Amino acid sequence: MTGLRYVYAVCRPFGTPLQAELTGVAGAPAGLLHHHGLVAVVSTVPEADFGEEALKAHLEDLDWLAATARAHQGVVDALTTVTTPLPLRLATVFRDDSAVRVMIEAREEHFRALLDRLDGRVEWGVKVYAEEAAAEPVGAPPAAGAKPASGRDYLRQRRARGQAKEETWQRAERFAHALHARLSAHAEDVRLHAPQNSALSQASGLNVLNAAYLVPRAHSEEFVELVDRTKDEEPGFRVELTGPWAAYSFTGDTGGSGDTGQIQDGQGAADVGEGVS
Amino acid sequence: MTVVERREIALVDLLDRLLAGGVVITGDITLRIADVDLVRIDLNALISSVNAAVPSPFEPAFPPAGPAEPSEEAM
Repeated sequence: MTGLRYVYAVCRPFGTPLQAELTGVAGAPAGLLHHHGLVAVVSTVPEADFGEEALKAHLEDLDWLAATARAHQGVVDALTTVTTPLPLRLATVFRDDSAVRVMIEAREEHFRALLDRLDGRVEWGVKVYAEEAAAEPVGAPPAAGAKPASGRDYLRQRRARGQAKEETWQRAERFAHALHARLSAHAEDVRLHAPQNSALSQASGLNVLNAAYLVPRAHSEEFVELVDRTKDEEPGFRVELTGPWAAYSFTGDTGGSGDTGQIQDGQGAADVGEGVS
Repeated sequence: MTVVERREIALVDLLDRLLAGGVVITGDITLRIADVDLVRIDLNALISSVNAAVPSPFEPAFPPAGPAEPSEEAM
């Protein structure tokens, strides 16, 4: 047998059975592995595709990566309807069931602490796009095509363009800051992801905020309405909401530190917010 | 609720979470963070090259960096 074990998530035992037709990555059905009062959600994957070398090669194949990520998410998403899963990072693979058990034993305390912290909570993603900031360069070429009459004209045009760009940036930063401060006040935890590259996202506009908020399921409706109200607040900006997600961004291994500190200072953000409203 | 909601989850949103989030466990098949970062970089390269072949009308190529002073000589 050349099957490896792909682990999607760890949960506490839940009463409801998994959907029978729930398939995971590589099309295999997802199953439950109970151990020490915890449950690992696993499926069997072929070693030919998930062995170390093969995996590395596959991960650079966008279609493969997309299919695998969607399958992973499909399983985790199904889990969120019956419990609060602790999602693992993409492509966490073990030799066999006993290796998964050993892993659970080694991390038992950690898992329980995280599961307690995340119980009943979901993650919402909020992104802000500045339409103008991205639109600006579109306007630039015609201006350049207009052939400045002199070097001085050229410099003047350039300066004007630079200033307009700078203002757009400042406005974007103020808006993102104020929104983030407001949403943070309604979230238990926040995490800032790196702004998305528009080539990768294919979204129009410049992504100036890409944040995740940990919100109790019970308060989600309120949170969504709060985001919704910001929608038409500022012309030139687009706010996008995704979720509810399993709490991927709040599993403790990566979140919390560093990049959140900079904006989380609510005081500063609130000051900026006043300027906007 | 009228905030823009996409039916299909964008791959990039998924990858933000599945490659940068989730509990990191050193499985038997170790996928180090560094490898994952490389994936992202390669992805960027891959997709920009795809886009270069079919340029989007909305996103003309322009230097991503801020106030560089590139074209002085060009004049």
